[in-house]
Amino acid sequence: MPLIQIYDLTRRYVMGTETVHALRGVSLTIERGEYIAIMGPSGSGKSTLMNLLGCLDSPSSGYYELNGTNVAHMDDNALAEVRNREIGFVFQSFNLLPRSDSLHNVELPLIYAGIPADERREQAIQALTNVGLGERMHHKPNELSGGQRQRVAVARALVNNPSIVLADEPTGNLDSRTGEEILGLFETLSRRGNTIIVVTHEEDVAQHARRIIRIRDGLIAADEVNPNPRAAKRMEALAGV
Amino acid sequence: MTLVTEFKESVIIAWAALRANKLRAGLTTLGIVIGIVSVTLMGTAITGLNAAFKKSLAGISADTLFVQRFSWMTGETEWRLSRNRKEITLQNARDVERLATLSAAVSVESQGNGNVSFGRKQARGVWVEGNDENSLMVRGLAVTQGRWLLAGDVQSGRPVCVLGSYLAERFFPYGDAIGSKVKLNDMNLEVVGVMEKQGTFFTGFNLDNQIVIPITRFTRDFTRWPDLTIQVKVRDLAQIEDAKEEIRGIMRKLRRVPPDMQDDFAINQQDALVNFFNAVGGTIAMVGLFISGLSLFVGGIGIMNIMFVSVAERTKEIGIRKAIGAKRRTILVQFLVEAATITLGAGMLGLLIAWPLTLVVDKFLAASMPWWLVAVALLVSVMTGVVSGFLPAWRAARMDPVDALRAD
Repeated sequence: MPLIQIYDLTRRYVMGTETVHALRGVSLTIERGEYIAIMGPSGSGKSTLMNLLGCLDSPSSGYYELNGTNVAHMDDNALAEVRNREIGFVFQSFNLLPRSDSLHNVELPLIYAGIPADERREQAIQALTNVGLGERMHHKPNELSGGQRQRVAVARALVNNPSIVLADEPTGNLDSRTGEEILGLFETLSRRGNTIIVVTHEEDVAQHARRIIRIRDGLIAADEVNPNPRAAKRMEALAGV
Repeated sequence: MTLVTEFKESVIIAWAALRANKLRAGLTTLGIVIGIVSVTLMGTAITGLNAAFKKSLAGISADTLFVQRFSWMTGETEWRLSRNRKEITLQNARDVERLATLSAAVSVESQGNGNVSFGRKQARGVWVEGNDENSLMVRGLAVTQGRWLLAGDVQSGRPVCVLGSYLAERFFPYGDAIGSKVKLNDMNLEVVGVMEKQGTFFTGFNLDNQIVIPITRFTRDFTRWPDLTIQVKVRDLAQIEDAKEEIRGIMRKLRRVPPDMQDDFAINQQDALVNFFNAVGGTIAMVGLFISGLSLFVGGIGIMNIMFVSVAERTKEIGIRKAIGAKRRTILVQFLVEAATITLGAGMLGLLIAWPLTLVVDKFLAASMPWWLVAVALLVSVMTGVVSGFLPAWRAARMDPVDALRAD
């Protein structure tokens, strides 16, 4: 059974008197363990697709089955639960809680999952160690570099063992060297069997994926296998992943 | 996530958020602090008033009926209708004593004001009581030195008196009161007894600044128009209504009231005072609490305002939390706890301020801060936070995660 199956998914926004068709009917199947890049210029509908895939938003019509469950018409609270269990987000602007230290940021999904305190602490420490931040557990986001912040975000995305890691322009706010670092991290995760979806408009970033889906005007323009994905330089710090 | 962990997490978040905005949180609490101070002070004043009233009532036994010309609780109209009533006479009292079957004791008394002197020592405005031999029991008094008035004293109107403890101490600091001669206005009186200390009445009136003389002497020499009260102590409190009816019948017969006329006297009892106080006190309490509650309300609006600001500022944070799995309830609880934390802190601060103020108020008017009032004040603070924080928290909880994440 595929991990994600979507069929004829549409999303319309009503803006004043106009209706914007952000997605006009997208069908897609994603298998477990794939490393996919979703590409497209701004306004193409790729962000809308990402929001739908990440269960942050509900489609106007169509069918979306995630890990065997139809999530297309779930209510807010049910979707929150699905996000907590199935999806790990990595955002362009990191989106860490500024007043909390790394450890607490990584613990957060576990808190919402209702994991007991000592157990979640252990898991969060493990996740931080895995991304090479074992020494930075009690640093607040503003005490960390951009790359380190994104690694905290990756640790937070992974701590719940989600079905998908969904990354939205994960290297957009990083210099190319630290961007490489994060992409290297994704490669390792992919090799370990994690499903990774990266939404980007940078060809360089997309070339790391093994499958590239191109969106244009709310439709899939191309869906092709990347014959030779580019390998990122592996960083010392991530040796433990 | 269980409600308990949700709650614990919310408290941690709330503290962090408040610490990050110390000045703002402090200013916001000010309104609630003032509100809690005023509500608490009002509460202490009301409980103090109640306690003082209850204490004073102890001087008026529940099992005693007071037969008088006027009712204690008359309005202006009733007063005009009743002011021409015939006086209660000593003979009335004797006849009631003879005829009443449900009474344990009957006494007659009247009151006035006079100046008492002993040698060169003078006391002005002393409370003068005309009593009979039964008054000791009916009024629930006790004598510490000497004796009370005897039946013979009353019958023949002997020039004797019993002193209140305050007067006795003032005139006779060495305890040699018995047998001494004091002067009440122009009357020479022999001291035959000293009463036990009674303390002060409701209004601060000193009950021990008192002199008791036989009622017969009182009506003859002290005042020409005494207003007599017949006090009837009933045998059984359960039968007080029956006793009242019986005395009413006796009095109507004695005073020859025609069957179609209303009573030309009144039978008063403690009940009436209690009811009156409860009605008046209840109204005062309601109005007072309402007015002081207004300041709490204003404080609550301040909290609501600041919570709206807090929610707006933290839209992104709400988006992040929702993205990684926070449900509506979680966000709602988080902001409610934050609001309640502010108001609870304000409530504690308010109590800390109100406590010394209560002690100051206590100097003028009996006031006390019982533990339940503290509990109520804290509960009210928390409720204020929850109520005024609800709308902002609800707005936060309902935010769309996509929109919230897009915010800066």
